[in-house]
Amino acid sequence: MKTGIVSYGAYIPIYRLKRDEIARAWDRGSMGGEKAVANYDEDSATMAVEAMIDCLRDSDRQSVDGLYFASTTPPYREKQSASLIALAADLRRQIFTADFADSLRAGTVALRAALDAVKSGSGKRVMVAAADCRLGQPQSDYEQNFGDGAAALLIGDEGVACEIEGSYSHADDILDIWRTETDTFAKSWEDRFILSEGYVRNTREAISSIMEKYNLTPPDITRAVFYAPDQRRHSEMARAMGFDPKTQVQEPMFATVGNTGAAFALMMLVAALEEARAGDRILFANYGDGGDAFILRVTEEIEKIRERRGIKRHMASRMTLPNYEKYLRFRRLIPTEAQAREQANALPPVAWREREQLISFHGSRCKRCGRTFHPMQRVCIYCGAKDEYEGVRLSDRQGTLYTYTVDNLALSSDPPTIVSKVHLEEGVEGVGENQKVGVYCLMTDRDPKKVKPDMPVEMTFRKMHDSGGMHTYYWKCRPPREP
Amino acid sequence: METIKDKVAIIGMGCCKFGENWDKSADDMIIDAVYEAYEDAGVAREDIQAAWVGTAFSGIGGISIASPLKLDRIPITRVENFCATGMETIRNASYAIACGAYNIVLCVGFEKLKDTGLAGLPAGYTHPVLGVNVTAPGRWAMGATRYFQAYGIEPQEGRKTLAQISVKSHYNGARHPKAHLRREITIEQVLNAPLIAWPLGLFDCCGNTDGAAAAILTRADMAKSFRDDYVLIKGIGLAIGPGLGKEDASYDYIHLPETEAAAQQAYEQAGITDPRKELDILELHDCFTISELMTLEAIGICPKGKAKEDIDAGTFTLTGELPVNADGGLKSFGHPVGASGLRECYEVYKQIQGKAELPERQLKDVRLGLSHNQGGHPGSLLPIITILGQAG
Repeated sequence: MKTGIVSYGAYIPIYRLKRDEIARAWDRGSMGGEKAVANYDEDSATMAVEAMIDCLRDSDRQSVDGLYFASTTPPYREKQSASLIALAADLRRQIFTADFADSLRAGTVALRAALDAVKSGSGKRVMVAAADCRLGQPQSDYEQNFGDGAAALLIGDEGVACEIEGSYSHADDILDIWRTETDTFAKSWEDRFILSEGYVRNTREAISSIMEKYNLTPPDITRAVFYAPDQRRHSEMARAMGFDPKTQVQEPMFATVGNTGAAFALMMLVAALEEARAGDRILFANYGDGGDAFILRVTEEIEKIRERRGIKRHMASRMTLPNYEKYLRFRRLIPTEAQAREQANALPPVAWREREQLISFHGSRCKRCGRTFHPMQRVCIYCGAKDEYEGVRLSDRQGTLYTYTVDNLALSSDPPTIVSKVHLEEGVEGVGENQKVGVYCLMTDRDPKKVKPDMPVEMTFRKMHDSGGMHTYYWKCRPPREP
Repeated sequence: METIKDKVAIIGMGCCKFGENWDKSADDMIIDAVYEAYEDAGVAREDIQAAWVGTAFSGIGGISIASPLKLDRIPITRVENFCATGMETIRNASYAIACGAYNIVLCVGFEKLKDTGLAGLPAGYTHPVLGVNVTAPGRWAMGATRYFQAYGIEPQEGRKTLAQISVKSHYNGARHPKAHLRREITIEQVLNAPLIAWPLGLFDCCGNTDGAAAAILTRADMAKSFRDDYVLIKGIGLAIGPGLGKEDASYDYIHLPETEAAAQQAYEQAGITDPRKELDILELHDCFTISELMTLEAIGICPKGKAKEDIDAGTFTLTGELPVNADGGLKSFGHPVGASGLRECYEVYKQIQGKAELPERQLKDVRLGLSHNQGGHPGSLLPIITILGQAG
């Protein structure tokens, strides 16, 4: 029985920051190109949700048996993120969830664990979602190099689009890049040491070992997908391992997205799968405290999962962050004037009690009259039925912007606030065209000048505020991420 | 079902100077307003048999007025209904008078907003997720956006109509010695002012104001013993719904159904069938200019979608066919939340008596007036409408 990738998805935040703009701020050299920057209301958890929803576009979400979330920047030091991500993606309650953290290799470690879970029969379909939102110290090379993004791979043994034929792993211990308990920014030892003894030695070892293990030579590989810390090391590695950079090597997105940490290799793999054809053989390797490598074989099923935003369409859907200062503001790296408004409160009992409507974004569908309302109502506003409702997912419905305001007074890390009344499509048959589901929410990923009544919108999982040292999440609307 | 019409009389009212009263506490303003009302009615502290106090943010309990006024061992109730809190005191007191429980009662509304240091109103309790990042101007602006879209009005054109409302209110308020913002403004100033919540700019929003106002009520059959020019309550309407219009896709954001219902209640009680003809003055709750426009349609003064034509024609100016907010309204007189409903009645009461402070703002032959007080925003409104009429 084949085991491997059943579906894939990815996410790249809409904002891109030109590296020349970072270089301008510090009066130093630019690495060129641009990097993807998470919006102020995004983090690794919200980006993972996006990638997963992309991955599950035409799948039954109830069929997922497990979720492994991989990141070096989970929102909490103590408290699982996979449980939140599973709830937001509306997976079922009886699943196993785990966070894979602390290593740049976390994404492929999670992938291998998912593979083992499916092979052992512990779960039929296991989701791997990797996301990272790492910070390089202002003025450093890492600041220019790092980007934000996420990838999701659904691992299973039915409808396999890309079989994972073999794997190889080794562990190594080296202080090359690290963050301690109190570090905000990634730290590293001297370049020559960490590259030659860290990245280069380990990646070569992983690739040669798996090629040897499965008796392969470079011409057997259709596409080589491997992590590298930067563009130069990526090109050097391709040459050293005997792959033709023009025909065999997956483009690593340094000029467009940047190094997305634990999500980076998986995002490159998704980009490769978008172009892959049945029969292609893919070498996939990752680095971080050792090395992981996989041999993959693409099947006919790949043609059935093309309808993804993935890397390509997310890449094409973009907005330029106008300046470096805005980036500092998004990442809260600069103190800003407090607004003369009362701060929001985080109330964990409310967030917990209302998790179905706030995190899973369910509305209440009245079993008597069939109409749906959000937030969920015990007494139906349309027919008065009491406690006769079921939760229905609204997060994947398309909508239009019924009315809005551009509010300069409301609290925001990125004013103005676009407060929106959205009309979502009612997904139930037999319900009239005028009976949409209303949602009162904020709009994100938008150009305030382009907001117009009746424009199309879709829903996205975001952070509302960080008050009290707690992250409060909910859904916002945004113009569809379609180029 | 009986109507409240002609059962209750207002025999005295008071209103302190509204504004940024840095040198006055809430207690000071309460004393100023209530002692003016005592004097106006010719009653003393000892005559008050029961009292209702309205404040949204600045105090709790009946003691909030008993303490400064030294009311002693009488029933006092604090009422609250968002920004409709002030008129809620009159509504509750009126029914207590009408049922014969008391002969003389006191209504007080007050708010001390300027000590908070906040822009806009305090949030009070809001949902920690659904209630964040929302403001009062933003919520009304969403009505303006949809109103313009629904009636095919270019937003810039719509903003000009709203600007005329603001210019009119400032013109009127500049002539009232107790108003907060006593300065005439021009359309250009309104249109060029900073945007608060598109399409509403600074001058589309009412002031954040300190103030207090008060009324003394008695039985209609006893009113004559206090004064000849007492004012009668002709009708009071209050209509509150689920308040889920912001979320409900069936709510169109261009009508104010709760206000329509409150007006209908008040008109029925007062026996009004053609409000535009029968009413001589309107005090509308113009927390935002768009609120005044939408309310004109909701209470049947203008046909749906047609308020713009009347506003553009000057129908509601001080010298127009039907003056609206002759004292400047919330826009210019100011909006100390708990006091506004009483202030809205204060203007109608004074105009009916022919006692507007300055001759230039005294309207001719005012017999019947409407005061409209409201909390909330489109989709979630708490409107109270009180019709006041000349005695006899």
